[in-house]
Amino acid sequence: MKSGKSRKTWGCLFVNGILLVLVLVWFIPTLGVFISSFRERQAIQTTGWWTIFPHQEWVVVETINPKDLGLDPDSPMEVFGVIATFEALRAGVETPDGQQVQWIGNKRLGTIVVQDREWVGFTLNPTLENYAQVLGGKDFEYVSPDGTVEVIPGDDFSNALFNSLAVAIPATVIPILIAAFAAYGFAWMSFPGRRLFFILIVALLVVPLQIALVPILKDFSTLGVNGTYLAMWLAHTGFGLPLAVYLLYNYISTLPRETMESAFIDGASHFTVFIKLVLPLSVPALASFAIFQFLWVWNDYLVALIFLGSNPEYQVVTMQLADIVGSRGQDWHLLTAGAFVSMVVPLAVFFGLQRYFVRGLMAGSVKG
Amino acid sequence: MAYMEESPPEPTSAGAKLLTLLGRIALAIAIPLIAFFILYQGFLFLRAGDAPKAVITLVAIVWGVGGVAALYWIFNWLVEMMSDDWKARLQPFIFIGPAIAILIWFLALPTVRTLWISLFGRDGPPNQPLSMMFSDPQEYFATFSAAFVGLGNYIAIFTDRLMAEAFRNNLLFWILIGTPLTVAFGLVVAVLADRSKYERVSKSLIFMPMAISFVGAGVIWNFVYEVKPVEFPQIGLLNAIVVALGGQPHAWTAYTDIAPWNNMFLVVILLWLQVGYSMVLFSAAIKGIPEELLEAARVDGANEFQIFFRIMIPYIMGTIITVTTTIVIFSLKIFDVVWVMTGGQFGTEVIATQFYRQSFINRNAGYGSSIAIILLVAVIPVMYYNLRRFREQEGFKR
Repeated sequence: MKSGKSRKTWGCLFVNGILLVLVLVWFIPTLGVFISSFRERQAIQTTGWWTIFPHQEWVVVETINPKDLGLDPDSPMEVFGVIATFEALRAGVETPDGQQVQWIGNKRLGTIVVQDREWVGFTLNPTLENYAQVLGGKDFEYVSPDGTVEVIPGDDFSNALFNSLAVAIPATVIPILIAAFAAYGFAWMSFPGRRLFFILIVALLVVPLQIALVPILKDFSTLGVNGTYLAMWLAHTGFGLPLAVYLLYNYISTLPRETMESAFIDGASHFTVFIKLVLPLSVPALASFAIFQFLWVWNDYLVALIFLGSNPEYQVVTMQLADIVGSRGQDWHLLTAGAFVSMVVPLAVFFGLQRYFVRGLMAGSVKG
Repeated sequence: MAYMEESPPEPTSAGAKLLTLLGRIALAIAIPLIAFFILYQGFLFLRAGDAPKAVITLVAIVWGVGGVAALYWIFNWLVEMMSDDWKARLQPFIFIGPAIAILIWFLALPTVRTLWISLFGRDGPPNQPLSMMFSDPQEYFATFSAAFVGLGNYIAIFTDRLMAEAFRNNLLFWILIGTPLTVAFGLVVAVLADRSKYERVSKSLIFMPMAISFVGAGVIWNFVYEVKPVEFPQIGLLNAIVVALGGQPHAWTAYTDIAPWNNMFLVVILLWLQVGYSMVLFSAAIKGIPEELLEAARVDGANEFQIFFRIMIPYIMGTIITVTTTIVIFSLKIFDVVWVMTGGQFGTEVIATQFYRQSFINRNAGYGSSIAIILLVAVIPVMYYNLRRFREQEGFKR
């Protein structure tokens, strides 16, 4: 029978062990892309990113011309004490003394290499080339070892970054402003239809935004705002507003009554109370929603695709990235760097203001 | 009386009074007009987009944020010039009016409009002026009935092969498999992290994908699934592991031999992104369980598994339902990840990709709209639940 203490140690080990596995599984995919974004284009394409860490691999120690050994590839051959067919040699055959022999190339002109299993240390020589290419919007020339020159088009993420900022910042602040006014109105003013309007907001909380895309696109075409920032601000304001009003109402309606009443007695108008008293007191709630909305807008793809899709100059980062996936899905040097360029702003916001973000998540569970 | 505004000095003669009144009215009309003019100029400047990008971005932010603030300020200023009676009547509409107007424009009305469009063929309702109904009724109704298909689109939805595939994927893979897995993983991580001294860092790392877009996540996982021909070294982690274990490399999301289970390689991404969310909510709920309750159970000899299933789970049932509902709604509308990774090929179509394809690529407004209506119908139970809870709480008393 185990003692209580050792049981506790085992339990602790078990808990931390499983947790470690989960954390690794969650973290490694991102780490792979992150590391790859600093590797050279050729290196990404030919070896796994994990090979930058110390590991054992076959290293060529000797190259031999098969003709010197008098080998006939059309029948089983004997090399270094093993007998193997051509196909087997192509895949690599291990010799009794722990080496590997491999046939490289075709039957007539191929060579035989002898490889040793050796430890290879950290092999990353970091480069910012990928980032330069993905941000710069220019073409790049590569000179292969054999002297051929290859022209690889870069990508213009810096333009998309500016677009994302120009979309996301107003699309965060505008709904907050409108929602804060409305939340104050619902909490501290009386007017006909107050209850009905609020029920409307609660009902609209979970309405999928797909429902609005076709009619709104039509309206935007009529108004001539398609493919502009304004269209994005309006759309994101519309889709984010129910949650914003709901969250801010829940917060603003719990602010102490006495503080406001004394301000009213002093003759302050609603507007003054709102600007000077309610907004400063609501900063935690405003911040929670702001992070929520900012991440949502920055990471949005569907709304941008529909309302900005007609205007390539105004693409946001998600669209830009999705375009590379679609048209040049094998250009991992662009994709990995581009993915990180698109992530750096939300990740900074996220890690900087995690506490507010968590609070926002708790308060508003359901969004449409 | 510190906040009271000083009243302007009373004009003496009637003529002067009239003059100030006229002046006020002129001002009241001029200022909004000037404001609208300036805002419109800003819009034109931005739409032309000739300036350097950094300048445009800065102008856009200032124009957008400042414009909205200015509009509120101006309209409030107008209302505050009126008599107290009118002020009390109108001011609420300055405060909640814009929100209500936008909600009606962007969500409430589109619901009805989309429902209406869904009853028509590819081009939606015919675009003809209402006056035509009287000037040329025959032509009007002929065009109308030619475009009107009634429930035709809905019948098509439930008989179409691709839609059947989309429904299957959404229901089976995204909702019935993906959602419980997300909830379960979130619960497990929350419970484990609660007992670990590395709680903060492990939660942060598992939570991190929440800040990443679906497109970014698509790139990350495409890289994990990347496949190279057999004779080359694999650069994708999954295939490298498979090959190291003696298997064959595959393009997993496009691997139709295991269809429809290749969908699971997409569902994994939802899991990766959303477990952080469910973990955070569960973590908070678990911390809310009174320590005495757990202690009492331990004293009575309950083991950790009994505590988990008999005490924790029932105690946080409310949170489990909330999280499940949120993720179900989320998976119901899943779009980006499928669109970016497979484009709906290889049997991975979902409802939202079908909606996008039909509405914006095939330009079949009627059919696309009816798919949107299906999505809406699917969330009606949640809407009903929200409304009922709101009514029960009666949180709307003063």
